[in-house]
Amino acid sequence: MSDHRHVDEFTGIETTGHEWNGIRELDNPLPRWWQWVFWACVVWSIGYWVVYPAWPLVSSHTKGMIGYSSRAEVAQEIKTATAGMAGQLERIRKAPLEQIRTDAGLREFALAGGRSAFAVNCSQCHGSGAQGFKGFPNLNDDEWIWGGTIDAIFRTITHGIRNTEDEQAHQSEMPAFGRDGILTKAQVSDVAEFVLSLSGQAADSAAAARGKPLFTDNCAACHGDNGQGSAEFGAPALNNDIWLYGGDKATIVETITNSRRGVMPAWGRHLDEATVKQLAIYVHSLGGGK
Amino acid sequence: MGSLLDAAIDAPEIREYDVEAVNRKETRPPLYVPRKKIHPRRTHGFFRTFKWWVMAVTLGIYYVTPWLRWDRGPGAPDQAVLVDIPGRRFYFFFIEIWPQEFYYIAGLLIMAGLGLFLITSVVGRAWCGYTCPQTVWTDLFIWVERMVEGDRSARIRLDKEPMSASKLSKRITKYVIWLIIAMGTGGAWVFYFADAPTLLTDLVTGQAATVAYATVGVLTFTTFTLGGFMREQVCTYMCPWPRIQAAMMDEESLTVTYRTDRGEPRRPFEKNADWDTRGDCIDCKACVVVCPMGIDIRDGQQLECITCALCIDACDDVMGKIGRPRGLIDYDSIANDERRREGKETKLRLFRPRTLFYFALWALIGLGMVYVLLTRSDLDINVIHDRNPLYTTLSDGSIRNGYTFKILNKAREQRTLTLHASGLHGAKLKVVGSEDMGDSPDPYFTVKPDRLQSFRLLVTVPPGTLKSDAADLRFVLKEINTGQTASYNSLFRGPQ
Repeated sequence: MSDHRHVDEFTGIETTGHEWNGIRELDNPLPRWWQWVFWACVVWSIGYWVVYPAWPLVSSHTKGMIGYSSRAEVAQEIKTATAGMAGQLERIRKAPLEQIRTDAGLREFALAGGRSAFAVNCSQCHGSGAQGFKGFPNLNDDEWIWGGTIDAIFRTITHGIRNTEDEQAHQSEMPAFGRDGILTKAQVSDVAEFVLSLSGQAADSAAAARGKPLFTDNCAACHGDNGQGSAEFGAPALNNDIWLYGGDKATIVETITNSRRGVMPAWGRHLDEATVKQLAIYVHSLGGGK
Repeated sequence: MGSLLDAAIDAPEIREYDVEAVNRKETRPPLYVPRKKIHPRRTHGFFRTFKWWVMAVTLGIYYVTPWLRWDRGPGAPDQAVLVDIPGRRFYFFFIEIWPQEFYYIAGLLIMAGLGLFLITSVVGRAWCGYTCPQTVWTDLFIWVERMVEGDRSARIRLDKEPMSASKLSKRITKYVIWLIIAMGTGGAWVFYFADAPTLLTDLVTGQAATVAYATVGVLTFTTFTLGGFMREQVCTYMCPWPRIQAAMMDEESLTVTYRTDRGEPRRPFEKNADWDTRGDCIDCKACVVVCPMGIDIRDGQQLECITCALCIDACDDVMGKIGRPRGLIDYDSIANDERRREGKETKLRLFRPRTLFYFALWALIGLGMVYVLLTRSDLDINVIHDRNPLYTTLSDGSIRNGYTFKILNKAREQRTLTLHASGLHGAKLKVVGSEDMGDSPDPYFTVKPDRLQSFRLLVTVPPGTLKSDAADLRFVLKEINTGQTASYNSLFRGPQ
């Protein structure tokens, strides 16, 4: 920075006084059009302050002259969209699920609505592709602990599982066989070996043989003699390749010892009937629906 | 003949013009300077006539095209050229383009670009001089100006006059005619995007969409200001093309050129001059006074020159009058200038590596487009493999993949189709949502006419089928009645 005035010898224009590696900047005035645009923006902004909500006050804000707010605009748009869908939603609310599934127009509408409702309400636990996680069932596969028909799915979504908010929620109480002292550690291990053999995995045959009577006495009432499971009691099948919590020996031992009690909210208390129906149609369409 | 020529030489029309090129070489400023108005004088001659014809043809095509009809049968628009944005179709006579086929438009644009390269490399800025909308509408506006206010000298006089009733009436007349033309420009544009007769009625009765009025408004404004007031400023300061085009030209490209060897030394016209001791140029400035860009072509090649060739007409006219051969200013190449200086014969070299290359590229893309257009199908399938989850293991250990597939049915009738997957033994297909057909290996379903329809598909293979985490799978869509097929290569994913 220099206090001397410096005039460029080629153009005769004064420079800004800065110099970088021998390069100086001409102190040309701002382009006139640019200044015009700038002042026009300033004037415009003053008008904007007055016309639109702009100034924060202590507990509120200025409302503007035309009563506009983007929140009201969104609310209006949602209202319009809802009004546009009202007819279809009403039809969905009235129609039996099977009819919705087989009516091409209703189905398309329900699938679209179900997909977005799923993304908002269900994907946190079941995954955005409904692929599930440990303890949260994959809804694409064909194992349905509480039944995979469209009506069973609807019932599960409406009332949920083992929650305290809905009396009709699915309840199933698997005892914590190890923790509650029903079975000893060795017995739990034997039963786990038998369960491994049920699902066709490698198992210690001697231990499995010891586990079989224990299984028949303690587990078969819900899971069936062959571990085929029962949707009535919410008892998962143990003789297939799908494991909600994992199918290795250690995990099975853990499950038998402490039991597993996954909870799902009663969505019928949070969502309207048409939305739950759309969700049921969507979940059923993922591919595993029976 | 001799006496006629003498009479012509004596004719009083040979005059010197009191004009200085706005963009003169010696006085050219380094950057922008406020506009000096140019009052181009009227010319006659081959290029002027050619320009009138080009104007008539280009404007004719522009204004008339939306009004041509083309019968496409019931349910389809009958406008020959239509950009149907809500319906997402582009109609061009017998061709109907869907959004998925936008590459046709891209191809056309590439061809237009290469065509421009080709033309530029052969005859310089022919685009600028004859067909550029800025040139065409400016030319039209200058014509209107001349009709209303008279030719150059009358216009200069009028500009200097103080405002009077007659000046005001002339100005208003001119602006009103300009405005009508400008509105016609914007008005014609919107007809390409909707049924022209309907839209015209709507526009007049105030029923048309806001965007239509806005488009007409914007185009009216730009035409009025760019064609009426900014004129050559647009080419000199706003348009990027003059800067780019130099890259397409070489020393053999034809441009409007002043023949220095013939013209210099220039001296005022004198009767019975000894043309051996002086140049042919009589410095009458006829070439300057007709130039709409306000340049002096005798300064040599310049960025501002749009090669409209009006100076050629003006100069040829003068050469005729003074009994010298035409072509003192003419389309010529830099190479010819060089050849002349070296005493060699001049020649026209149209076929050069550059022009051949541009032409070959242009033709290649053109042929490719024609081929694709002729062989294109009205049935298409597009398959998207689910990413989340990539695959699902079922209770019996079999692996299932989900797909979304889209069928493009361009025919105007409903079609019944079957889908077959090949490449994976034992694969079972199920289309979700459509009528339950069980797990039949080849599901069939219908698609509506003229529609893009989306379906969800589940493919299941028994345990042990997959040898790795991914297998190739080919979907073949087949129309039941005609046997027409369309196929798509996809993947089937499984566990590691």
